[in-house]
Amino acid sequence: MAKERKGIEVSLAISEAVCQADVDVVSAYPITPQTHIVEHLSELVADGHLDAEFVPVESEHSAMSVCVGSSAVGARSFTSTSSQGLALMAEIFFITSSLRLPVVMALANRSLSGPLSIWNDHTDTMMVRDAGWIHVFVDNGQEAYDHIFWAFRVAEDKGVRLPVAVNLDGFIMTHMIEPIDFEDTELIKKYLPPHRMEGALHPDNPLSMGCFAMPEMYTETQAARDHALLNSYPVCLKAWDEWAALTGRKYLPIETYRTEDAEYCIVTMGSFGETAMNAIDELRAEGEKVGGIRIRLWRPFPFDDFFRAAAGKKYLIVLDRAISFGGPGGPVALEVRNALYKKTKAPTVVDYVAGLAGRDVAVNDFKKIILEGKAKAEKGKTKGYTLYGLRSS
Amino acid sequence: MAKPMEKISWQELEIGAAVSEVGNAMEYKTGSWRSLKPVVNASQCIRCGVCWIFCPDTSIVRAADGHFEADLEYCKGCGICAHECPVGCITMVSEEEV
Ligand code: SF4
Ligand code: SF4
Repeated sequence: MAKERKGIEVSLAISEAVCQADVDVVSAYPITPQTHIVEHLSELVADGHLDAEFVPVESEHSAMSVCVGSSAVGARSFTSTSSQGLALMAEIFFITSSLRLPVVMALANRSLSGPLSIWNDHTDTMMVRDAGWIHVFVDNGQEAYDHIFWAFRVAEDKGVRLPVAVNLDGFIMTHMIEPIDFEDTELIKKYLPPHRMEGALHPDNPLSMGCFAMPEMYTETQAARDHALLNSYPVCLKAWDEWAALTGRKYLPIETYRTEDAEYCIVTMGSFGETAMNAIDELRAEGEKVGGIRIRLWRPFPFDDFFRAAAGKKYLIVLDRAISFGGPGGPVALEVRNALYKKTKAPTVVDYVAGLAGRDVAVNDFKKIILEGKAKAEKGKTKGYTLYGLRSS
Repeated sequence: MAKPMEKISWQELEIGAAVSEVGNAMEYKTGSWRSLKPVVNASQCIRCGVCWIFCPDTSIVRAADGHFEADLEYCKGCGICAHECPVGCITMVSEEEV
């Protein structure tokens, strides 16, 4: 593919990126709202644009299992899922990272049952937050396209060797038609060299993966896994830097918008970030000193970057898209409070949960949340979380 | 295995805790899990090797005189060999009795 700007559905742009990344194996089951991604990939393979095995499995449990097998022999492997599909593959999802296999997944975020809902929130990805994968959140179609290459680049790095989930909001992003700058395939080749994995399964070099561990060994294996994830952080940065050098599009683990002189900020993850920018602009025009902080890298969590972005602010209004039931509030707010814990002059955190299962959160809602959150922080009403838009309180 | 399990640090593990040392299960004596052990009547054994094929733990070894018997360092006492032996010369005997 040559360099050009195209109006295209984001799901299809992701499939095109997977094609340009020259993957060897695609294994997936169609599930709303991820379906278009794998549907288009099956066409790309069938039409000979992508020389890969397309394995149309009977369930997501198998989709991830196939990726584990293909990745273990050193094949560049991709899958995609959502919600219940992720729940069904959860068992193997954990195994992928424990075996340190560089599988890449597009995770079209959607609520989990029940009640059954096909629309977007972050409940599904929060379920696998602690599975040992690298998690990145993209905000628009261009970022989704770019991060497929980034994900393979980081996953396959010799020092990382971990699976990567590219999280994108279901429907809100997957089904949007957006203008996207496609890169030349030659440039992609420069950025993403062919995959050569040391220690892949091969008859000439026998080894066993996924062995049984006695209580004397299990703790050590988990320490190694956690260190691998934490140590992937500099590689994530380097991969973004090199992408910026080639394309001019720069990404950071924590991104900020009008924060320099901001007294308080709204903290978002995923596509909320873009709408928040509009709300921030409008509130700025009304004299509010508000800024925005977007968490792009969720795992490994960039604690220091986050603290730098938040330092000196009075309040942080965190907008979560999932509930940690029976816990302290939303999972992002939980993380943010932890990042700020015991820091001197830490901002006060107010936690809002909004946009569950596709309920619309428009610019005006953001403005309300920001102003209401600020008022709550000023009054010290920061306990628990607020479910925005709930009809009775 | 280069080191006993309880001395291995996390830094020494292979990526993904893979085991690259083929055959290291030899290091782990697992025979103590057993409650019954197979005893072969050597004079009846026709040396057909059926027990050797069926043992899920590859615990059957060939004795010096050519008949087959269980290596009790690894045998789990499942009794499959006794069940499969065509001449019925293997008896499962309680560990406590012998
Ligand atoms: S009892 Fe089971 S484990 Fe032991 S030698 Fe017979 S078949 Fe093998
Ligand atoms: S199956 Fe029975 S007869 Fe055949 S080798 Fe084993 S013990 Fe001997």
